[in-house]
Amino acid sequence: MASPTLVKGVRSTRSTIALKLTMALSGLAFIGFVLGHMYGNLKAFSGHDAFNEYAHHLRELGEPLLPYGGFLWVMRVGLIVALVVHVVAAVALWRRAAKARPVSYVAKKNQASSLSSRTMRWGGITILLFLVWHLVNFTIGKVNPQGGETNDPYNLLVDTFDLWWMTAIYLVAMVALAMHLHHGTWSALQTLGLTNTAQSRARAKAVGWIVAVVVAGGFSLVPLFVLFGVITK
Amino acid sequence: MASSDKDLSGLHPTNEPSVQKSDDAHGYYVPGDKIVDPVAPTGPIKDRWTQRKFDNRLVNPANRRKLSVIIVGTGLAGGAAAATLGEAGYQVKSFCYQDSPRRAHSIAAQGGINAAKNYKEDGDSIGRLFYDTVKGGDYRSRESNVYRLAEVSANIIDQCVAQGVPFARDYAGLLDNRSFGGVQVSRTFYARGQTGQQLLIGAYQAMERQVAAGTVEQFTRHEMLELIVADGKARGIVARDLVTGEIETHLADAVVLASGGYGNVFFLSTNAMGSNVTATWRAHRKGAYMANPCYTQIHPTCIPVSGDHQSKLTLMSESLRNDGRIWVPKKKEDCDKDPREIPEEDRDYYLERIYPSFGNLVPRDIASRQAKNMCDEGRGVGPKVGDFRRGVYLDFSDAIARLGEDGIREKYDNLFDMYERITGENPYEVPMRIYPAVHYVMGGLWVDYHLQSNIPGLFVAGEANFSDHGANRLGASALMQGLADGYFVLPNTIRDYLADAPFDKLDESHPAVAEARADVEGRVQKLVSINGTRSADSYHKELGNIMWEYCGMERTEEGLRKAIDMIRELKADFWSNLKVLGTADSLNQSLEKAGRVADFIELGELMCIDALNRRESCGGHFRAESQTEDGEALRHDDEFAYVAAWEWGGENGQPVLHKEDLIYTAIEMKQRSYK
Amino acid sequence: MRLTLNIWRQANADVQGAMHRYELDGVSEDMSFLEMLDVLNEQLNAKGEEPIAFDSDCREGICGMCGLMINGMAHGPEVTTTCQLHMRSFNDGDEITIEPWRAEAFPVVKDLCVDRGALDRMIQSGGYISANTGSAPEANSVPAARDKAMRAFNVATCIGCGACVAACPNGSASLFVGAKITHLGELPQGQPERDSRVVGMVAQHDHEGFGGCTNIGECTAACPKEIPMDVISQLNKDLRTALKNGH
Repeated sequence: MASPTLVKGVRSTRSTIALKLTMALSGLAFIGFVLGHMYGNLKAFSGHDAFNEYAHHLRELGEPLLPYGGFLWVMRVGLIVALVVHVVAAVALWRRAAKARPVSYVAKKNQASSLSSRTMRWGGITILLFLVWHLVNFTIGKVNPQGGETNDPYNLLVDTFDLWWMTAIYLVAMVALAMHLHHGTWSALQTLGLTNTAQSRARAKAVGWIVAVVVAGGFSLVPLFVLFGVITK
Repeated sequence: MASSDKDLSGLHPTNEPSVQKSDDAHGYYVPGDKIVDPVAPTGPIKDRWTQRKFDNRLVNPANRRKLSVIIVGTGLAGGAAAATLGEAGYQVKSFCYQDSPRRAHSIAAQGGINAAKNYKEDGDSIGRLFYDTVKGGDYRSRESNVYRLAEVSANIIDQCVAQGVPFARDYAGLLDNRSFGGVQVSRTFYARGQTGQQLLIGAYQAMERQVAAGTVEQFTRHEMLELIVADGKARGIVARDLVTGEIETHLADAVVLASGGYGNVFFLSTNAMGSNVTATWRAHRKGAYMANPCYTQIHPTCIPVSGDHQSKLTLMSESLRNDGRIWVPKKKEDCDKDPREIPEEDRDYYLERIYPSFGNLVPRDIASRQAKNMCDEGRGVGPKVGDFRRGVYLDFSDAIARLGEDGIREKYDNLFDMYERITGENPYEVPMRIYPAVHYVMGGLWVDYHLQSNIPGLFVAGEANFSDHGANRLGASALMQGLADGYFVLPNTIRDYLADAPFDKLDESHPAVAEARADVEGRVQKLVSINGTRSADSYHKELGNIMWEYCGMERTEEGLRKAIDMIRELKADFWSNLKVLGTADSLNQSLEKAGRVADFIELGELMCIDALNRRESCGGHFRAESQTEDGEALRHDDEFAYVAAWEWGGENGQPVLHKEDLIYTAIEMKQRSYK
Repeated sequence: MRLTLNIWRQANADVQGAMHRYELDGVSEDMSFLEMLDVLNEQLNAKGEEPIAFDSDCREGICGMCGLMINGMAHGPEVTTTCQLHMRSFNDGDEITIEPWRAEAFPVVKDLCVDRGALDRMIQSGGYISANTGSAPEANSVPAARDKAMRAFNVATCIGCGACVAACPNGSASLFVGAKITHLGELPQGQPERDSRVVGMVAQHDHEGFGGCTNIGECTAACPKEIPMDVISQLNKDLRTALKNGH
């Protein structure tokens, strides 16, 4: 790939940094989404009716400007676009990185990078696989692993997390998500060029920790409380 | 080319060098004709450069595209010249042996760059900088050249700032200055301790911009191995592609050598590993005069040698002498003791003792020579290298007691860190050890006021030429000269030569070109086929020892004669017993080294002959036979106020000495004193 | 001390290389790492084996020519250049693995030498301020805020050694480009070309085959001049601004 020539006709839009910017922006969209999603999940602590009411309300949001369920579709389309952008850009950058070092080192030590930063790609794949199952579980397929009813969101949730192995799957996914967010949040802020001083860099890293702990911790509460019998039907 | 105002008829010299009485080098050289600078300017010294720029002929922009210039070396002089000539529209080919132009050793200069800006309103002026530089050079430089240097110094700062060189600034955002090297005004611009790096990067970036613009073609990992002189004019070079081993000829209308100094003739110096004399030495063998080769500057505050494995020496800023006190034990038996256990009364603060008024702040050459004297007396400290201790203490304990460790840290943090990294000793606790090391040469190829050598079309810039520093260079002046030559002088003088275009057509079939190429090929083959037993490095070390011992800080007639014999033997052994493994048609660092060492050996002999001839002490050249009763340097202006320009005398012949008298009209010669 | 060295040998860019094992005795802790290799090379030469090619020039940590991957770390275990690394950082009996910088954009020339011309070409693509000789205004006519000038200087200390690329798992040169963007972008003289500079340099960076940055920080840990990560943020910001300005 390397060639001793100067590139002609340069455009900022065609650069790796433009790719990274799209990753950062789509990533930030996901952070916003998971924060909202987590907040909704916590409604489970308010009981059956409140949770289902919230789920129903999401469908009515924006009426009459939007049709029934319109808001969710807008969200879904937005998320799908973000997902495609995020994944396509990640794959493109991954391939570039692989090509950038065709001969690997016999010995290589990592001196400064965090585990989460080095596992972004595999973590991303883990989350992607989890997402498929999650959608099958709760949205598209509505699979109740206990074979019970599927049209009552609250009951579907309780039936799911009542099983230790389902909770375990979700917790593993949350660890992956936490790690992805821990590096991803800081990385997005850095890619957006918001960390130009040592202080802002430290702050961005702190934000990464906070987002990771809040989101993954918040998501983990409901499954754990179901498993331990605090949240019941 | 010489117009009426450029000959010497208008000069009214205030002093007239008389015939040389002593002739120590008799039998080693052939006396040649006196020479004069054919383009020396006349008139009031203040107007000479301005007038010359006006008088020099111009080259029409459309014609510049048809003219080509080869520049060897990419340091401050070569990089700046490539950028400037490229901007002007000439076709420039730039060569360096490193993998990038940015590696040139100008990058290692720490302290700063002088300029007569007088921003501090402390009485500085072009005249003052001119005077300081001539005096600092011990009255062995050319007056007109030095005045021009001082004159363009201010432009350099403007140029560098415009390029984005991040000089130190004060709180108002204006440029800061410090005083440097024992002058009484603050005229040194700096970028912490990395001024050379920042200036070089500026020149490098300007040059890379021209590479992108297509006016400069860059040849990295290329080494010039021969100068092509066709029909009396320098018309190109033969270079070896260090990666493929290919021998290439490059032809041009003019050649500029900006290949730096030859301090590595001493093996150990503060120069870069690859710094060499080959480009200028090959030109010398083709007829270019080598001027004042014995003028070497030895810097007093370097980190001492730790063992036979040592490959280079590291300089620490002279500013350390502002707070450190230099001493050695009074008694030889104390030399291997822990210095902290040697009581005050057993220490000899020898600079303070010998020079009560200047103390530890005596000029570089004096501080260096006294350190050598102490070690020669057997009172050196530090590890024995061979059976000799080479080091003196530079002790900060008094300064730490006075200013606190934090006060010292604030001033010298990076230097102390560097010292600790190299020696493994903490200088806050144990006194530093220092020893002098070669770091700059004032000698170089002879050039006229236009920086043109005696070979028409061959120009020489920066440390590679001899012109501006006389017998001793002042601190923060090397950067100034390199950039002055590259940005402002050479581009204005080379055009007068290029205005003679069009030059005769030349191609590879010209006998001079074919011969130069064949010479290089033969020499390379010879080096790889001797197949003896010794590495080039071992010869280099041996040469270095000879040079340091006999042509270093103190030189004697007897020692120099001995050195010349030793070098001649070494040369014979080199050409019969050298061992270079690997092939000539690939990257072969042993081969590169061997070629450079071969040239250093020949240079070493000439340096000794020059030193032998100059039976006086001046600047960096101290002849034991020429000192005052107090042991201070004694100049002999009546006999030696001349530039010794040596002409190559052939493989087995003797060099021919041409003298250029130094005539001062604007300055009066005085003897230095620092007592 | 006695050492076992595993060193990459490769005759030229067109052939395969391999690790070779050497035993070296009598190493002094006062030697620099490169002097240790000099000693090995003298011994190889005496034995009739071709010496190992490696780059170095100033050997005082400023020219940027040296650079080896030592036990998996660019420039070895200390925060300094390979030439300033000393053997007292190692112990008797140590086994040391020495490899060249590895990157598609840094092809191996021979043994431990690589071609870093890509760094020059990135500078050619905009890493300068266009100020023709003689065109400069009086230096103090344009003041530069001290803190900005300090930041410019701090990042202008980059020596172009390529350790950032060598250490980066993505083979990215973002720290190198970011340092230059920040150096010139912090100075008033650097403003007119700010957008075109960042777009040009980044385009050349990508063209050379360097990877994209994932902000993990191996570069800055390997950097002998401790160039901080915020230059990459600055690079990103400047590119975003250029994008906004339609470059």
